[in-house]
Amino acid sequence: MQGVNGFMYPNEVQLQWSVLIVLYPFITGLVAGAFILASLVRIFHVEAVRPTYRLAMLTALAFLLVAPLPLQLHLGHPERSYEMYLTPHRTSAMAMFGFVYLWYLMAVLVAEIWLDYRRDIVIMSQSATDWKRWIYRVMTLGSSNISPRALEIDDRVGWLITLVGIPSAFLLHGYVGFIFGSIKANPWWSSPLMPVVFIFSAMVSGIAAVMLLYMLSARLRKEPIDMRCVDTIARYLFYIFIIDFSLEMLDLVHRIYEADESFRSLDFMVHTRLYFSQIILQIFAGTLAPVVLLGLAQVVKLPELARKRIYGIAGSLTLIGIFAMRWNVVIGGQLFSKSFLGYTTYKMGLITREGLLMAMLLSLLPLFFLWVLAKLLPPWYQEQDAITAAG
Amino acid sequence: MNMTRRQMLVLLPAAAVAWESLLAGTPESSPNYEQTQHWWGMLIDIPKCIGCGNCVRACQSENDVPDGYFRTWVERYHVTDTNLANPEVISPDGGKHGFPAAVEDSGKYFFVPKMCNHCADSPCTQVCPVGATFVGPDGVVLVDQKYCLGCAYCVQACPYGCRYIHPTKRVADKCTLCYHRITKGLTTACCEACPTGARQLVDLKNPKDPIHAFLKTHAVQVLKPQMATGAKAFYNELDGSVR
Repeated sequence: MQGVNGFMYPNEVQLQWSVLIVLYPFITGLVAGAFILASLVRIFHVEAVRPTYRLAMLTALAFLLVAPLPLQLHLGHPERSYEMYLTPHRTSAMAMFGFVYLWYLMAVLVAEIWLDYRRDIVIMSQSATDWKRWIYRVMTLGSSNISPRALEIDDRVGWLITLVGIPSAFLLHGYVGFIFGSIKANPWWSSPLMPVVFIFSAMVSGIAAVMLLYMLSARLRKEPIDMRCVDTIARYLFYIFIIDFSLEMLDLVHRIYEADESFRSLDFMVHTRLYFSQIILQIFAGTLAPVVLLGLAQVVKLPELARKRIYGIAGSLTLIGIFAMRWNVVIGGQLFSKSFLGYTTYKMGLITREGLLMAMLLSLLPLFFLWVLAKLLPPWYQEQDAITAAG
Repeated sequence: MNMTRRQMLVLLPAAAVAWESLLAGTPESSPNYEQTQHWWGMLIDIPKCIGCGNCVRACQSENDVPDGYFRTWVERYHVTDTNLANPEVISPDGGKHGFPAAVEDSGKYFFVPKMCNHCADSPCTQVCPVGATFVGPDGVVLVDQKYCLGCAYCVQACPYGCRYIHPTKRVADKCTLCYHRITKGLTTACCEACPTGARQLVDLKNPKDPIHAFLKTHAVQVLKPQMATGAKAFYNELDGSVR
């Protein structure tokens, strides 16, 4: 059979989960990671990264809005997806997705962003013109009290929400890891480490994404990059990357040393069909290279320009590496037969419902949402000063 | 069309019954079938299977299984003293049209019919996000295709590769143990078509079922026992190399 080596159970030849299911953990990972970066400011008082606080929150929201779309598009019957809310099956790891998602969206992200921007929204609902004024008026939700006492309450509630938000972010992405890690039929997925690896890789990708977006937005807006800020982000990225890499290597070493019944099959797959995406992209280009680059910036005193370039390259490589990791988990987990006797091939469509074009569109959509959100709720601190002046 | 009052009166109740069964979504019912009185499984006697593919063809025509997908299939194992851990296995088109001639050598050849194991602790029903697939009180694993989202999580969770997403219905599909037949007292299509009796539908709750005597006197095994799925497809003389 074309694309098949060895023996596959006949129903296994076609992959069930496509590139869209690769995007799903990638996108939710960015959400969780961006939120954790924002919580550094709010909960852990890392003042150096404050310039990225609001950008991180808006990034998390923009990506979270897109997160369920790849799932919806993948479903055979998307019109029935509401059944997950009405009759969730309690033993299913997947059944909680809708609730975890809604909780994170409404109780954490939207609530916190609203509280954080409330003062600006109220001021803009009075100072903006045309249709914008109406949008801001709606966004005030009828509350225009911005007295110091009211803002103090906002701040306290916002702090509390962030505090709840940190375990929620862990829950959101750790849960995604559990969806894969709890499948005992698939030795490539079945691992108690999976949720932990997912959480740390999420933090890595989210932090890298916000760092890149901050540097890119500063360049587009022709403003200087706050080097103290990006140096601090890069330092955190480096530390978390070390933990993430250690966990992944622990999993790998454990598999190699234990060498259970699935090992020969999986090892062969890694050396053949997954060689480029796993060894080259994920481990060398997407993990070792950025870790070495970020480590270099920690131990050697480099000029500002060199650091900027290193952060730009390391951040981009990180995102490629984490995407490759998601690819290797989702696609890799379906390339081998559960008989451990053969391998199939993933054939990605181009202009199909779950094809390359759709995947690219879904990858760009959060950036469009972020652009709209940034227009409505400017995350740039210079503009906030202007809003304050207008008030 | 001319219709007398008498004909009309005869046709009306029939039309009402048809309409009601259409609304209920259950065109066939089995009023005498008690789910709790049965615990269905399948006995597969490997030495008896000749790899003719009758069962695969019967299943496909009975259940309208789309081409390229299988509710049941047959594998041929070729095991030699050098490939015990890595046997040569083939299943051309699910074994639907039989197998190519075997090459005579020192190894052994045997056929292994595969199907849904109707597991008592089935990992596929565990993961369904809406409970569209379930184990019935009679031990048959079924899918409510009017409720299934088509997420394919169950396909991933089945250790035996027995499920697929139906290409046109876009929902999970699998062996129903010919539920429409067994609830009427018939056997499954695959059992009926098997010329050697290699497949036997068994009811573990029926004390008169010959399976009880068979299990006492034969070396019977299930596939992948380490998965602890409570599989109810029992294989007689299952070779250790079978996956």
